[in-house]
Amino acid sequence: MAPAFGKCFTFCCAKTSPEGDEMATDAYEAAIKGLKDLLSKKADLGNVAAEKIKELTQELKELDSSNSDAVERIKSGFTHFKTQKYLKDSARFNDLAKGQSPKFLVFACSDSRVCPSHILNFQPGEAFVVRNIANMVPPFDQKRHSGVGAAVEYAVVHLKVENILVIGHSRCGGIKGLMSIEDDAAPTKSDFIENWVKIGASARNKIKEEHQGLDDEAKCTECEKEAVNVSLGNLLSYPFVRAEVVKNTLAIRGAHYNFVKGTFDLWELDFKTTPAYAFS
Amino acid sequence: MILLPPRLSIPNNCDKVKDFEKAQLRIPSSFRRKAANLQTMASGKTPGLTQEANDFTSGENNTDDVFDDMKQRFLAFKKLNYMDNLEHFKKLADAQAPKFLVIACADSRVCPSAVLGFQPGEAFTVRNIANLVPSYESGPTETKAALQFSVNTLEVENILVVGHSRCGGIQALMSMEDEGDSRSFIRNWVIVGKKAKESTKAVASNLHFDHQCQHCEKTSINHSLERLLGYPWIEEKVRNGSLSLHGGYYDFVNCTFEKWTVDYEGSRGGKKEGSGIAVKNRSVW
Repeated sequence: MAPAFGKCFTFCCAKTSPEGDEMATDAYEAAIKGLKDLLSKKADLGNVAAEKIKELTQELKELDSSNSDAVERIKSGFTHFKTQKYLKDSARFNDLAKGQSPKFLVFACSDSRVCPSHILNFQPGEAFVVRNIANMVPPFDQKRHSGVGAAVEYAVVHLKVENILVIGHSRCGGIKGLMSIEDDAAPTKSDFIENWVKIGASARNKIKEEHQGLDDEAKCTECEKEAVNVSLGNLLSYPFVRAEVVKNTLAIRGAHYNFVKGTFDLWELDFKTTPAYAFS
Repeated sequence: MILLPPRLSIPNNCDKVKDFEKAQLRIPSSFRRKAANLQTMASGKTPGLTQEANDFTSGENNTDDVFDDMKQRFLAFKKLNYMDNLEHFKKLADAQAPKFLVIACADSRVCPSAVLGFQPGEAFTVRNIANLVPSYESGPTETKAALQFSVNTLEVENILVVGHSRCGGIQALMSMEDEGDSRSFIRNWVIVGKKAKESTKAVASNLHFDHQCQHCEKTSINHSLERLLGYPWIEEKVRNGSLSLHGGYYDFVNCTFEKWTVDYEGSRGGKKEGSGIAVKNRSVW
């Protein structure tokens, strides 16, 4: 019994990290000491301890390898980019390094399936991209939503983009969350998510009123599109956006990418003011 | 003889100008359909207006170009990527299970899918100015919803905060006055990274401004990583080993990528790197 435990123990002890974390080792030493003390009093637990330690060792091995899998994944991705893209077009990348002049500001969902670089093949330098849950553009609010405001301000005022594109998508978890919020419910554990997606509340209300006959999935699809329209409207609450739109130097569009059907719908926000007719 | 004041002779022209302006404002949105009307309206009035209208029509084809361009781009994606991997996309359509949450800058040159080769389904991505993570207790809220969803619902295994060279947001942070115009959105956002600016000024103020910015770009990543640990549900998962935090720095001037991992035990134990966290496994590609 004791020898089996002893062997496992030696194996565990040998596994220290390259930098030799003193803190980790201290905590570990203390734990091992506690175990040894217990086993010195109850030697018959040795086999049980040995089994448990083998399991733990295996778990730690897997954890470590999945960590290095992740790092390997990033490394091979970057190497591919460097050799296949950057070095093959170094003149363009050198220019880009000096400055960017994208024509697009794109709002897309953080969903891993809808990166605009994939769907619309944006190359480095083409699109200034903001990604957040459910591709929302909140109305002008310098305290709560300065993140989006900063991106819009930078893109429109400094980079002088010519187009803003808000892309919604199918099976959006954020929109699904929005549709399932009960009115007047108590705050849940997902308070950040709820407070964020509530930006699209008017879209949800519209769908609930006008599409009562649809099933839940169809309602969500309609809400995904309507929420884009809410965001397009909110864009106009930023004075610098409105100024460029009426000058026709900035176009605002909405889109919906449906990866279930493989379709992409695109539409434009038509905003104008006509000159005033004077009644006199 | 009564001389009519000039103003009275204008009304007719005024109407024509108003009509033309109305038409002009309509052009970008539905050019094709209304072009015929426009030309009728213009040619029915003065020759001068017609000439102007013609010049205008030949110049402003922006809308059509953009629509067509976007259509071509999407169809290329559909043909070259989607259709070839239909099975994979069908599975993805049912559920996503990305292993990464990536927080990157909105800068057009640093899309993580391009630079790090993430394919659809691999990385839940947040992009904002200067890849900042605000603290749990305060600050603007957009990024927090994404943190909550990716960590608690999708249960990603890794969070990667990627900064980059020549970051406009960091530059704005480094060059802004302490008592500046608080009406600027950019200012109200980049101030999330204030601590990084302070620590940069403390150690690097003798350097050229560009080098200070680069120092701040990297320091800010570590500060964001530290703030991530301030989210209780994130710290819990890092502590029990189901979530790892990594920092990354993409230098597109030299095309290098530096990457490091947060050493949670070391951070707790008091091994500080000036930013409150300890790191390990640093490498440069």
